[in-house]
Amino acid sequence: MNPMGAEEDKVFKALASPERRLLLDRLRAENGQTLGQLCAHMEMTRQAVTRHLRLLEEATLVVTIWRGREKLHYLNPMPIHEIAERWIGKYERGRLRVLAELKTKLEEETNG
Amino acid sequence: MAESEFVYVTFIRTTPEKLWCALIEPEFTRQFWFQMMQESDWKPGASWRMLDASGRVFDTGEIVEIEPPKRLLLTWRHELDPELTAEGYSRMSYELEQKGEMVKLTVKHEIDKSGSKFIKAVAGGWPIILSSLKSLLETGKAL
Repeated sequence: MNPMGAEEDKVFKALASPERRLLLDRLRAENGQTLGQLCAHMEMTRQAVTRHLRLLEEATLVVTIWRGREKLHYLNPMPIHEIAERWIGKYERGRLRVLAELKTKLEEETNG
Repeated sequence: MAESEFVYVTFIRTTPEKLWCALIEPEFTRQFWFQMMQESDWKPGASWRMLDASGRVFDTGEIVEIEPPKRLLLTWRHELDPELTAEGYSRMSYELEQKGEMVKLTVKHEIDKSGSKFIKAVAGGWPIILSSLKSLLETGKAL
């Protein structure tokens, strides 16, 4: 059992919502926003945005920093990057190995 | 208030002491940080440099705050691309916090310039560096 399983579940659950993906897009467009800024031009109540942000924070997809009396929200790409590393990174390494083997084989044929 | 900034958080199964050592010591950094290493006396006011294996200096700055194994704040200016050098000094900080069996590492990097090309450039590199660091500490192998 992957010890990070529970954490990964939180990431996938957090991403499985168009509203939360929209919030991540808003942060990607402008990082470091307050709750008030994130609520502007949104068809969601402030309570709904707060709830979505809490789930995003629990999944570490959003991190917050206090600056004076303002709580600023930042997009944290690390959980998504780690998921990509886990599957795509492995796939890339496999492909490179196949290419290296193909090269060795072809060169052997040429030399032979 | 900084005009361009990012905050990245990753959780690593290690101790704050080991993580601190990995972030500072050249024999560790070159394994996960694109073969780069840092040079500094690691005291407040000390100069700081980031160089590649051939000794070419990529970045320079100064240690502002240092509290092993919890917090580091330094100034950082890129030196090879004149356009990025002209943006001046950025501020980069590490915060290390023990969270159960994990250490929460927060990397914050900011500059007082809106639409900073430097921040955009480093923002793309940090996730690769941090996941390689995580892999090195948790499995003994960098990515």
